[in-house]
Amino acid sequence: MKTHARQFNESARHYTADLHHRELIQKALAGYYARRDEFKSRFQSWPAARDLAADIKREAINHLDRYLDEFVSRLEARGTKVFWAPGAKEARDYIIGVAQQHKVRSVIKSKSMTAEEIHLNEALKQNGFEVVESDLGEYIVQLRREPPYHLVFPAMHLTRRQISDLFHDRLGSEPTNDPEDLTMIARRVMRRKYCEADMGISGANFAIAETGMISITENEGNARLTTSLPKVHVALVGIEKVLPKLSDLALFLPMLATAGAGQSITCYNTLYGGPRQPGEPDGPEEFHVVLLDNRRTELLADAEQRDALHCIRCGACLNVCPVFKNVGGHSYGTTYQGPIGSVITPHLRGLQDWKHLSQASSLCGACTEACPVKINLHHHLLHNRRNAVRVYPAPLDNLLQTTFVFVMCRPGLYQLAARLGRLAQPLQRLIRGTVLDPLRAWTKTRSFPALAEKSFRDRWRERKTP
Amino acid sequence: MSMVQVLERLGHTVDYPEAQTCCGQPAFNSGYWDEARAVAERQMAVFRDAEVVVIASGSCGAMVRVFYPELFRHHPREKEARALAAKTFEFSDFLVNQLGVLDVGARFPGRATFHDGCHALRELGLKKPPRRLLQRVQGLELVEMNEAETCCGFGGMFAVKFPMISTAMGEVKCASIVDTGADYVISTDSSCLMQIQGILDRQGKAVKTLHLAEVLAQT
Repeated sequence: MKTHARQFNESARHYTADLHHRELIQKALAGYYARRDEFKSRFQSWPAARDLAADIKREAINHLDRYLDEFVSRLEARGTKVFWAPGAKEARDYIIGVAQQHKVRSVIKSKSMTAEEIHLNEALKQNGFEVVESDLGEYIVQLRREPPYHLVFPAMHLTRRQISDLFHDRLGSEPTNDPEDLTMIARRVMRRKYCEADMGISGANFAIAETGMISITENEGNARLTTSLPKVHVALVGIEKVLPKLSDLALFLPMLATAGAGQSITCYNTLYGGPRQPGEPDGPEEFHVVLLDNRRTELLADAEQRDALHCIRCGACLNVCPVFKNVGGHSYGTTYQGPIGSVITPHLRGLQDWKHLSQASSLCGACTEACPVKINLHHHLLHNRRNAVRVYPAPLDNLLQTTFVFVMCRPGLYQLAARLGRLAQPLQRLIRGTVLDPLRAWTKTRSFPALAEKSFRDRWRERKTP
Repeated sequence: MSMVQVLERLGHTVDYPEAQTCCGQPAFNSGYWDEARAVAERQMAVFRDAEVVVIASGSCGAMVRVFYPELFRHHPREKEARALAAKTFEFSDFLVNQLGVLDVGARFPGRATFHDGCHALRELGLKKPPRRLLQRVQGLELVEMNEAETCCGFGGMFAVKFPMISTAMGEVKCASIVDTGADYVISTDSSCLMQIQGILDRQGKAVKTLHLAEVLAQT
């Protein structure tokens, strides 16, 4: 089996060489940057909003036990069934159990990265349930049988033409280049599915402790239909989604929309607090909330990187990441792509298997600058690198670093090495770019500067003793 | 040598302790913090008696100013690391924010664009100082590129461990530079400039990279 690191390298090599893909992603994001900046400027102070958001999340995460208890007790008081899932398997088993108990045949789902994280769709299908994604982007990638490309824009890597072809092949629709027509094609399928579905599955953007409600933010209205038409609604919620107060949404909803999609606010923002209450005309008969840990508490125990649990999954760090823009979302091989994925995947799925993502960064810090809740993303990549070396230092890196320290702690040796480099340079020229070239990783695509004929040290000495 | 010339022109005495080597960033960024600490301790000893330390690199500057304190957190030599961090400045930071100098009396005819090195920009917050210095260089026309703040893709070992990603990032950067029609691209980091020049050369572009100090040294 190929290692995750090797898969990443191969995919990154493929995508970085695909200029069409690089241009497509650049173009897709250009409009986002302009709108994001416009709506950021509508905040009285974006930096102050970030400070406040980080403070609120810090409070919520540092007292997670208290806020989760509050959240759950209020939800249960209105008849919601809450399940604490320690891991992905327990969460899947519980949801499948609910589906079996209600003799469900068809499941409609709104967008949930947490469901992707536990591979819920595959598990449901294996147990004989039909699952349909109701978010347009998710529906498109579901038809293509591929994972979401981006945690907010799952189909951003596709052109209208590709989507039209996909619909033509899979749904038999007429080819069209008009986005509205494409939406209507999906909508016709979807309306039927909403009515057929016995169970709706959603995620949650926020879990409000004070009122015991989940908040879902969306642009298509699909989550509302998913959660209200079927007789059972199951919401899968990562335990880090908690916000202490209802009023916190006044900050977090516009912030999520601005950072995530370059919108002032998303079209639909809905709070769900329980199943249909006596006297209410609609809503599901049963409402289940599955609270997922799946190693989040291990991250919580890590004081240095705990702030990674502040994440509101807005995707702002992906949108500014030059690595993401060049290698594309599918190269990561993770549920969560981009900088936040590189930071948390080692915690969720094992450091040694996923440390390469922390290494595949120039540490430019654009992600940290973009993060609305001030997660110190690029410094956490450094922390992951350090932690990985502590447990399993790669032999070649070890040799390299030991040599580095040996030379750098001996100025005489350092100067000698510089002199040798100067002598070796004409020889290197003969083999430049070939397999013999020790600098090949550099020189294959870039020229290498000529070392100065005289070192700074020599010139400094000459200057001092004229 | 250009930085020395500028500082001396402004009337300062410059010393260059020959026992200095590297700040240790290559080891630090690779996760080898114990090794980085060993190298850092040497530099801390070498510069113990200096009044200020000026570095012609935003990256090395960030290593000393931002990461030495982190590297030595809860370490017996933490105080010493913090002391060195507090008196160490990147070149443009030192001129503009410490000395209050904007016009160094430089003259450099040409059209240039400025590349923000990530460490100088985001770790040290030095967006304006280099530009303010360049705006006062006689004969120099400064034009902004679209992707001034986008990483050039160097990133130390990243450039050789993931050359395909590094090169793709560099190509985005260089396209933005070439779009400005500038003859020169100036930055505060030689490592970024090595990456940028390496790609520009391969593309057969005539744009030349220059360190800020090289421009400010010209009269």
